[in-house]
Amino acid sequence: MREVMREVAVVAFAQTVHTGHDTGLIEPELLLPVINEVREQSGLRRFGFTCSGSCDYLAGAPFSFVSALDVLGAWPPISESHVEMDAAFALYEAWVRLQHGDVDSALVYGFGKSSQGDLRELMTLQLDPYYLAPLGLDQVSFAALQATACGADRAALDEIVRRSRADGRNNPYALDLPDPSGDGFEVEPLKPYDVAPITDGAAAVVLAAGDLARELVERPAWITGIAHRIEPHYLGIRDLARSASAADAARAAGVGKGPVEVAELHAQFSHEELILREALGLAEDTVVNPSGGPLAANPVMATGLIRVGEAARRVLDGSAGRAVAHATSGPCLQHNLVAVLEGSTP
Amino acid sequence: MGNRCAVIGVGQTHYQTKRRDVSIAGLVREAALRALEDAGLTFRDIDAVVIGKAPDLFEGVMMPEAYLADALGAAGKPMMRVHTAGSVGGSTALVGASLIQGGVHDRVLVVAFEKQSESNATWALSTHLPFNASLVVGAGGYFAPHIREYMRRSGAPDHIGTLVAVKDRQNALKNPYAHLKIPGINRQMVESTPMLWEPIRYLETCPSSDGACAMVLAAEDKVTGTPAWVHGAAMRSEPIFRAGRDTVNPQGGKDCAADVYRQAGIGDPRRDIDVAEVYVPFSWYEPMWLENLGFAPEGEGWKLTEAGCTALDGDIPWNASGGVLSSNPIGASGLIRFAEAALQVRGMAGEHQVDGARRALGHAYGGGAQFFAMWIVGTDKP
Repeated sequence: MREVMREVAVVAFAQTVHTGHDTGLIEPELLLPVINEVREQSGLRRFGFTCSGSCDYLAGAPFSFVSALDVLGAWPPISESHVEMDAAFALYEAWVRLQHGDVDSALVYGFGKSSQGDLRELMTLQLDPYYLAPLGLDQVSFAALQATACGADRAALDEIVRRSRADGRNNPYALDLPDPSGDGFEVEPLKPYDVAPITDGAAAVVLAAGDLARELVERPAWITGIAHRIEPHYLGIRDLARSASAADAARAAGVGKGPVEVAELHAQFSHEELILREALGLAEDTVVNPSGGPLAANPVMATGLIRVGEAARRVLDGSAGRAVAHATSGPCLQHNLVAVLEGSTP
Repeated sequence: MGNRCAVIGVGQTHYQTKRRDVSIAGLVREAALRALEDAGLTFRDIDAVVIGKAPDLFEGVMMPEAYLADALGAAGKPMMRVHTAGSVGGSTALVGASLIQGGVHDRVLVVAFEKQSESNATWALSTHLPFNASLVVGAGGYFAPHIREYMRRSGAPDHIGTLVAVKDRQNALKNPYAHLKIPGINRQMVESTPMLWEPIRYLETCPSSDGACAMVLAAEDKVTGTPAWVHGAAMRSEPIFRAGRDTVNPQGGKDCAADVYRQAGIGDPRRDIDVAEVYVPFSWYEPMWLENLGFAPEGEGWKLTEAGCTALDGDIPWNASGGVLSSNPIGASGLIRFAEAALQVRGMAGEHQVDGARRALGHAYGGGAQFFAMWIVGTDKP
């Protein structure tokens, strides 16, 4: 990596009022207001680069991203790409593209409607198709393996869910979920409330470089570090109690170079927050998921991008000086992205 | 465009209908190892991996990069998964190149694949989003009306498609990796095959292939062996349902070409480019893209094809490798175009080498002829 990267900041962020059920809107209809909102916030109509994240399997059809171009009104034709990953990885691609120096702005968005299918079973199809998928291991079951491996304390998990849901109730975009209660297990040791809720939603972010970012907003949320790492797929050859890839990404992004006031973590199960806190080396006083996090709203394919947006929002509005965002992909935190957002550049 | 970037390794599998001997992981690893061998490197030397493929429904594995991380030596590294419809192979190369041009990495492995034998592509392309119209026609049924409109506008004679089908398959006979090899291929043979989607006959369509292609890309100070330098790289997308969009001669293709030519300093593509690997999945797309990419004036692309200009011994050979018409692991087809362009300017294309090729175009398109990815590679450092 070059010693000095180009200054790039989040200058706008918008998300849908997420829902726990299908409201009858198709994906482009979810997306349109969000795109309009970031255009309004940033004052930009066109962008030097556009990148999105979505998943055909959530839509149940190929090319779920194609009709999004109609939403953008991509005319004249635009310079655009798409990742079949959470849109946080699309943001990474856009950040890389801005490093070239010939374009100064980028639009990033992600969307997903988990309500349309059975997410838990769908995620089985992400596993090795020869040796793992045929076992029928579903998403909650492999998460439970990880929860067992990390020996999570029940009281700690309950408190994570209680805090996340309470914060979610104060977040107009997240779901209104009650305080956790109930004795039954979903898959032992996970209780139903340890699992992120099924959510439909979309989100968008605008990135701008250098002087353009300074022109557009008073206090850009500068991305002073961003990195991601993947680790082996097979659960049996990983230490599930830890996230080596999240720790590596955090080191590469420079999380430890200063205090972290706020961290937005892509923890889709309560125990993942414990693993990620340790991997990112977060201190006791770091406020984790003040938005409520994925346990309060989990629009798959946008959830990671929302972490970046929520962390950036707190820098943009001046309530935090240094925030960290995390996004993940793959079973049991296989692939992790970490970004550091700051109110001032080094 | 950022920092300089070069292709220093290319690896391909032998494209065929069914690769029963390898898993998906085995397939992509085969291509990756060949690319690394070409570059004289190992997985250890790679900083990041970018993988592309067409819709996940083609193999029934959702977001397969998670599963393929191990086979591609990506553990402990960044890995990206690109999906931009049929242009994805090209986009994958461009996302990989971007990591180097942006100064983020020094050596990137890009891989694209499709194992079409795992499912039925026409089925996978025909399902549709709820509340959207579906034509249930696959790719051929979708593009045939565009071709008929091209014929109407240009007045091209009926046999032009046949000429492309023959020419590309003759080229395939010289490419050890090509899937369709039909000795003695001629016009009568093509014309005797069934009409699938008028005017597209069976032998005017691409095959369904299993296969993978990989490239090692490097920053200037990490170049080893024989480089193909990236002189220009561009993507364009346009909305599928925009009223008034010209699906026969899409604006996105024209704009993408103009962008990549500007970066590479190309004024007249027919004169300044020595060989082109262009995404032609149905024979008639050669004359259509000849016009869209500025090799011929509008309405006259078919004349270049008819005059033999695009043949291996013509003045501007198109698809010397045999093209998509001869090998089509869908998600990899675009990357193969980009890789074959690199092989030509490295002088490593073997029997289908175009003598003295110093500048080449790699092209891919996808969706409803709405996604475009292109690059220009050259022998000389830009």
